[in-house]
Amino acid sequence: MQRIGVFVCWCGSNIAATVDVEAVSEALGHEPGVVFSTNYQYMCSQTGQDMIQEKIHEYGLTGVVVCSCSPRMHEATFRKTCEKAGLNPYMVEIANIREQCSWIHKDKAEATEKAIILGRAAIAKVHLNAPLTAGTSPVTKRALVIGGGIAGIQTALDIADAGFEVDIVEKKPTIGGKMTQIDKTFPTLDCAACILTPKMVDCAQNEKISIYSYSEVEAVKGFVGNFHVTIRKKARYVKEDVCTGCGLCTEKCPQKKVPNEFNLGMDNRRAIYIPFAQAVPKVATIDPNYCTMLKTGKCGVCSKVCTAGAIDYKQKDELIEREYGAIVVATGYNPIKLDQFDEFAYSQSPDVVSSLEFERLMNAAGPTSGTLLRPSDHTHPKTIVFVQCVGSRCDGAQKGKPYCSKICCMYTAKHAMLCREKYPDTDVYVFYIDVRTPGKGFDEFYRRAVEEYGVHYIKGMVGKVVPEGGKLKVQASDLLDNRQLHIDADMVVLAAAIEPDESARPLATMLTASMDTNDFFTEAHPKLRPVESPTAGVFLSGACQGPKDIPETVAQAGAAASKVIGLLSKDQLTCNPCVAQPDELMCNGCSSCEKVCPYGAITYVDKEFRGPNRTTLLRRVAQVNPAVCQGCGACTVACPSGAMDLKGFSNKQIMAEVDAICR
Amino acid sequence: MQVNGEWRPTIVAFCCNWCSYAGADLSGTNRLNYPANVKIIRIPCSCRLNPLFILRAFQRGADGVILCGCHPGDCHYTTGNYYARRRMTLLFSMLDYLGIERERTRVEWVSAAEGAKFAATMNDFVATITKLGENRRLEDLRCKE
Amino acid sequence: MQRVKEKAIELLTSGAVDRVLGWRAGEFFYDLTPAVFTSAEEVEKDFVYSVFSGANLSKYLIAESRKGGKVAVFLKPCDSYSFVQLLKEHRIWRENVYAVGVQCGGMCDAEKLKEAGASGLTSVREDGETLIAETIYGEVCVEKDKALLGKCQVCKSKKIVCFDELIGEQGEEIPDNHRFDEVAKLEAMTAEERFAFWRGELSRCIRCNACRNVCPACSCEKCVFDNHDLGTDNKAAADSFEENMFHIIRAFHVASRCTDCGECSRVCPQHIPLHLLNRKFIKDINELYGEYQAGADFETKPPLMDFTKGDCEPSVVYERGGANA
Repeated sequence: MQRIGVFVCWCGSNIAATVDVEAVSEALGHEPGVVFSTNYQYMCSQTGQDMIQEKIHEYGLTGVVVCSCSPRMHEATFRKTCEKAGLNPYMVEIANIREQCSWIHKDKAEATEKAIILGRAAIAKVHLNAPLTAGTSPVTKRALVIGGGIAGIQTALDIADAGFEVDIVEKKPTIGGKMTQIDKTFPTLDCAACILTPKMVDCAQNEKISIYSYSEVEAVKGFVGNFHVTIRKKARYVKEDVCTGCGLCTEKCPQKKVPNEFNLGMDNRRAIYIPFAQAVPKVATIDPNYCTMLKTGKCGVCSKVCTAGAIDYKQKDELIEREYGAIVVATGYNPIKLDQFDEFAYSQSPDVVSSLEFERLMNAAGPTSGTLLRPSDHTHPKTIVFVQCVGSRCDGAQKGKPYCSKICCMYTAKHAMLCREKYPDTDVYVFYIDVRTPGKGFDEFYRRAVEEYGVHYIKGMVGKVVPEGGKLKVQASDLLDNRQLHIDADMVVLAAAIEPDESARPLATMLTASMDTNDFFTEAHPKLRPVESPTAGVFLSGACQGPKDIPETVAQAGAAASKVIGLLSKDQLTCNPCVAQPDELMCNGCSSCEKVCPYGAITYVDKEFRGPNRTTLLRRVAQVNPAVCQGCGACTVACPSGAMDLKGFSNKQIMAEVDAICR
Repeated sequence: MQVNGEWRPTIVAFCCNWCSYAGADLSGTNRLNYPANVKIIRIPCSCRLNPLFILRAFQRGADGVILCGCHPGDCHYTTGNYYARRRMTLLFSMLDYLGIERERTRVEWVSAAEGAKFAATMNDFVATITKLGENRRLEDLRCKE
Repeated sequence: MQRVKEKAIELLTSGAVDRVLGWRAGEFFYDLTPAVFTSAEEVEKDFVYSVFSGANLSKYLIAESRKGGKVAVFLKPCDSYSFVQLLKEHRIWRENVYAVGVQCGGMCDAEKLKEAGASGLTSVREDGETLIAETIYGEVCVEKDKALLGKCQVCKSKKIVCFDELIGEQGEEIPDNHRFDEVAKLEAMTAEERFAFWRGELSRCIRCNACRNVCPACSCEKCVFDNHDLGTDNKAAADSFEENMFHIIRAFHVASRCTDCGECSRVCPQHIPLHLLNRKFIKDINELYGEYQAGADFETKPPLMDFTKGDCEPSVVYERGGANA
């Protein structure tokens, strides 16, 4: 039998005005097992807490019930109080007689009676409480960053800066991500490459950072502090440590007709290539889909010209196994495919381009060396129409995305402004639904585009674009003037919606991290834990969590890094002790619990049991990894035999509460 | 339960720790009234609610049992309320099939921000059960006073 | 029918298996119970496969497959579903089982034969769709349809879903089996009528636990109703509540795992139509979450261990048809 102390709090008049606290402590004092019962003005005050500790010693209490405010408010406080007095913190139960009693009831008799019943339920539960000890698990002091764009780079740099080792896994041959393809950044118009490439070099040179480029995460096992990750390092047919990045092979390769993804297919590269001059690592990669040697076994030019002897046609994918304490997802975004937006003639005319393609056409390292030329005839466009919200803010689920892609308003203003600045003879129109500029210096930037640069902003959507006689006939409506517009444009730029990278969903499955319906990773709490995934030890950085511009991405990357640093600086993690626990003697081994566990915390082992007449029985039984289990209890109900129970919220405890309330 | 010679139903409300229990707290913070015969039991997640607990409540004298959890899609444990939703749907359907008044059991999704919804739900549920009267069909006479 | 017995002898004689799980006659020739045979002689003497071999043998494999050596089992189509479900739940050690699928033309209920006038049975043989019963009073012909076990009258499938060897033809699922008609009839009643119906049925329960013991899905190492430590034990139907409690929880525990083999109703000495509880769950699952047949395959997740984001709300119970008080 427990020796229980009951402490009824007045909470000043918050409780005492509607609940007769004296009557409550008196009534609860007669409950079985209760050896001490009292009430006090402010139980959470130092005096109140001292009293609890004193009574624990005086009466040798084994359990404590505090009738007070919500456990969400002070459960932790009273647990600490009791722990200091040598009582296991999980021997404390709170009866919520403020939020769920005194504050909602007016009749004092009724409220008092309810408070007594709530107290009884807490007492009934404490009778069945068992001391719980939070387990610990060690932390592998190394982080994995998945994705090597600006988000991943910043996160990795920040983590490395704090002294922890960090690996970046990037599926492309180089890190850098989308930002490498961007010309200038809003609202300051500084050159993206100038601010990004030094960071890429920092990554390469930082001895704490290892870059696995041209690699993908193959499998993730384990849990917070102890992830076991398999990385597939794809064969690039070039020995990374030998290649000097001289680029000779990329000039001599006879296969010249490979669409260059860096310029979005607007020019060509060779079958062996370095994505761009500032690539990190600056190592050539052979594209197996185009390399004649790999496809037919005849050629070998690159191997002949490579003085370093770095070419290895026999290279195989390599699987690397690594241990990590934390994982940061920074898989980023892609513009959506525009094929289904036929009304804008994207597939029909090369002069209808996406914003990212436009970005390349303006870029000095782009296919036109920075001179804005129409892809079709390489003439200078005189009239350019920008269409915003292509595939963003679409209602229904036909095509496009329901959300706002957030970055398009600003980069379109940037594009329009840059066009007018470089080519003052061009007419620039921007069609928009709304212009959204909530960011530092953003609205000023947009107003400059309109007021100083004379960009024509027209509220309305473009209905149709028809290529005709070398022109693009744009039909649109001006909603403010309420009239139809017909513009003969030379170029149309579509601000395509952005979507999470296609690698995100399979990755989420591997990580048991949750995603929303648009495949953006969901955060543990949308406001208070925005860079953590609900899965412990998995953090979110950049656009994989939602559309973001560069400063926001960098800010979130830093935040994710600080969370990782916080985690890795611990030697041991304290686990939630209220976890599921199977009774092996009752377990059927049926896997019902495993099927409903959202965390993959349950595994099975074959275990020998004593059978009748000195026989042994081999039985399959469930085991819960307490470091992974979050204590939801889904398994406890899935289990038909009741072998699976939840510590702190056990079947018996809950039924005792039910009994106490209903009696 | 008799109060001043008048019968009042006994209502057990199972609330998930993360949304609905917080929602119940919020209705307290906002001083939104609901009858005192509603007693809340805190469970970590709506998926912790075992049908055994519901039947136990009826056995011991409850007249109505309500489960409140996070809205589907908002579960703290991502999937708990989806399992709870299926389990409760099937269980309630079975109780109905056995001729036990279907109004005696209910599931309501209440977020931590929906203090008003919590109070309104409880008021409505208590009114429904009061109208329905005492639980006769799932009572255990041995547990009666 | 003879081929089954021959197969049992062959498997034991060749040493292919160490034991055979089959049926043996009890006090009466129609009173068949599951039995384990270890030699050809035993089989020769006692093994019976007849129209009374209704008992589902799959559950016995939980224990038999762990005893070492290989055990052969005869599985009728409906039994094979239970077999797969148990394999899915890792309860049977597949490598120790040699499963012989046996096609089945429906199993009979001796009680029904007696009701049809064949009391004092001494033997029964089949002649097409007719059963010819020898009784101490002479020969009686009964249409087989009339003598079928309840579960066989609404047979859901003649497909043997898992086997190592097949005796007879592989069969098909029977989609149009009307097995939910009785459930629908109850659903159409008012709550009062349903309550009265089930009170009438469940109040006869004597808590003999036959339904639990025979049910392949009720195979827990320890049943919650035996668990004194948990405080959920209830052994005697001391109050009507306990009858309700036991049957609701039992049905819920097997929901989405029950293959509808019908054994619970077959063995109930009080003739309580327990299958109507399980079928209610199956019908609900089919209607609310899509058609699901437990034990039909190894992959599909049982609906209670699965979900979709767009699942209906529990309030569907109030909104759906069915009369109310």
